[in-house]
Amino acid sequence: MQQRFLSIWFRHLYANWCCRKNPALSSLPLVIAEPQQGRMVIVAVSAVASEQGIAENMTVADARVLCPALHVHDFRPELPQQLLTALGKWCIGFTPVTAIDPPNGLMLDISGCPHLWRGEGNYLKTIVTRLSHLGYDVRAAIAGTPATAWAVARFGQTTPIIPQEQQLQALLPLPPAALQLEQPVLDKMLKLGMYQVGSFIHMPRPVLRRRFGEHLLLRIDQALGYKPDPLLPLIPPNPWSERLPCIQPIVTAKGIEIAIQHLLERICHRLQHEGKGLRTATLKAWRADGQIRQISIGTSRPVSAIQHLFRLFELKIDTLEPGEGIERFVMEAPTVEDLPPAQECLWGGTGASAGQHLAELVDKLTGKLGINNVRRFLPQEHHWPERAVKKACSLNELPASTWNPQKRRPVFLLPTPEKIEVAAPVPDYPPMHFRYNNQLHKIKKADGPERIEREWWLEEGPHRDYYTVEDDQGNRYWLFRSGYYSAGKPHSWFIHGFFA
Amino acid sequence: MKAEIIARLQREILPLQGFKPAQEPAIDMGWNELNNAFPNATFPLGAVHEFLSNTSEQAAATAGFVSGITGHLMARGGACLWLTSSRNVFPPALSNFGIDPHRVIFVHPRNENECHWAMEEALKTEGLAAVIASCSNISLTASRRLQLAVEQSGNTGFLLRHQPAGLNPVATIARWRISPLATQTDYNLPGVGFPRWNVELLKIRNGKPGTWQLEWTATGFRNIPSQPQAISVQQPWWQQQKTG
Repeated sequence: MQQRFLSIWFRHLYANWCCRKNPALSSLPLVIAEPQQGRMVIVAVSAVASEQGIAENMTVADARVLCPALHVHDFRPELPQQLLTALGKWCIGFTPVTAIDPPNGLMLDISGCPHLWRGEGNYLKTIVTRLSHLGYDVRAAIAGTPATAWAVARFGQTTPIIPQEQQLQALLPLPPAALQLEQPVLDKMLKLGMYQVGSFIHMPRPVLRRRFGEHLLLRIDQALGYKPDPLLPLIPPNPWSERLPCIQPIVTAKGIEIAIQHLLERICHRLQHEGKGLRTATLKAWRADGQIRQISIGTSRPVSAIQHLFRLFELKIDTLEPGEGIERFVMEAPTVEDLPPAQECLWGGTGASAGQHLAELVDKLTGKLGINNVRRFLPQEHHWPERAVKKACSLNELPASTWNPQKRRPVFLLPTPEKIEVAAPVPDYPPMHFRYNNQLHKIKKADGPERIEREWWLEEGPHRDYYTVEDDQGNRYWLFRSGYYSAGKPHSWFIHGFFA
Repeated sequence: MKAEIIARLQREILPLQGFKPAQEPAIDMGWNELNNAFPNATFPLGAVHEFLSNTSEQAAATAGFVSGITGHLMARGGACLWLTSSRNVFPPALSNFGIDPHRVIFVHPRNENECHWAMEEALKTEGLAAVIASCSNISLTASRRLQLAVEQSGNTGFLLRHQPAGLNPVATIARWRISPLATQTDYNLPGVGFPRWNVELLKIRNGKPGTWQLEWTATGFRNIPSQPQAISVQQPWWQQQKTG
């Protein structure tokens, strides 16, 4: 398919915005200035001001000589970028791929779009008219490459729509600046009397390279479409997206179920075709009152089975408020991964499908209870109990180090150690008795101490001396004393766990 | 001879009474005397077991006992699902009970209804070695649903009821209470020995309830005689120091 690009040039972007905010300014000469080296220098002008001969890079004092009734506004450096981003998103109504082209332009990839507006002429006219209605002074052009569209939008004198085969002819009468060259190159060209692209574009390439550098050749190639000139879209297109418009607004759960089934069938068919599976999926519902509602699911491994995904969505249908009815559904899969070859090394189990069943169960639980409420742990090489385990990211992740069954550890570990009252012989003996939850435990047997140091490269603080103790009832606890014993200082004892 | 005939007759009676033995081969847990309490003298798999506990220490002992059984079950492969609303189970400790802690999936339901739902879904899933759920209260209806789920899939479930509001009838195959016992080291050396429990089997369908003392050693369960041998209980050495 032929690629077509539309370049939009906002001639007075900042001033137009000020006039939109305050319509009283529109007939007055307006400049936007910022302090540079102790002077107020103009960075943007309005159409009225530029008619009076005021240009950018003048100082405000000079401009006031030309036009005493000048209005000066302060420059906000972040505003042009914000304005362009907002305008770029507005343009998504015309084409899905829009990019901003700083400092004052937009670049749209319109391939395959203009026929919906009955041709490129009408398309261009619609965009320009609607931007003018918003109060922006714009020029736009359509061409086969972004660079040519850019040049024609800013310097073109005749037609703004350049057919694919006439790009070279369109570029010939334009000034060298139309190729977006660096200032030293432009100065040199001016000195040599090259006022038009046509006067050097047919020169032999080695000559151009020697005199003006590689960049000029690159710009020429990009303008003529020999080299790629990629756009950075504002909203990256998602290839895994399906939409379903509804003839009548949908309000019933059954209707939503049918819609999900339809969308999943389409998206899963494509996924299966390419040997991929999705990890996350979002269903967006455009309601009749203009609001968007969405539900998301995640899976523990790449999935392309319709039935499984449908069950995950089914759990969340009741959270999707249809309001006055849903007009359009869009299913997106932001995370898509290659389907792994079937492997059952971790979960073993009976039958080859054990891992599959388990993955489906985990997805179902995660969908209902939330991602933080379904966890699996892997060992971490830390002795400090709070850091002994880490969360596994996926169902197939294997431990990098081994569990150490030699160390005696409590079955229940308190999330934070709780302070206890203890009577213990000094300095290093296990306690004789301790009081926890208002109950006195007399200790009969004890093991320890097992000193665990806080890792100084992670955090600072005292070490812990852990004791495994058993009281006269046969109950077993994990106690520790924080830090060294020192006379006269109250030493702090904690209970940290219960042994089986 | 007579005992043999009685055992054979019992095996025939059990299916007539509606007892369905699990399909998979029985597992030897190493607790010889305890096996006599169970129907067919095998630990009933493919069923839901109920465990009661009142104190945190009993709950920890129960978790240890259940982990020991689960370790035997997981030796044959498969995952374990542990449902608990409090996040206090410490995975590294499970490796002491023969479980690979990374093969345990911890699920934290936010209320009891979610716990029942999650346990039922897990019990329906094929290929799980065991499902452990800490859930204080359960109604007879909810427990029947669990029973139906295990009958379909053959999974084994452990329902740990900590401080239940009341002991309502529940459709489980067995009701246990595990409490910690004082440990004993070899040769009466000082220190804490292997975990030791008083195992009370309060109810068992088609079996004989009773009380046993078990110990979890490095190799598995070990039955200890209910009458402790006359061992001179030594005072801890620091107390001897004080008195002496």
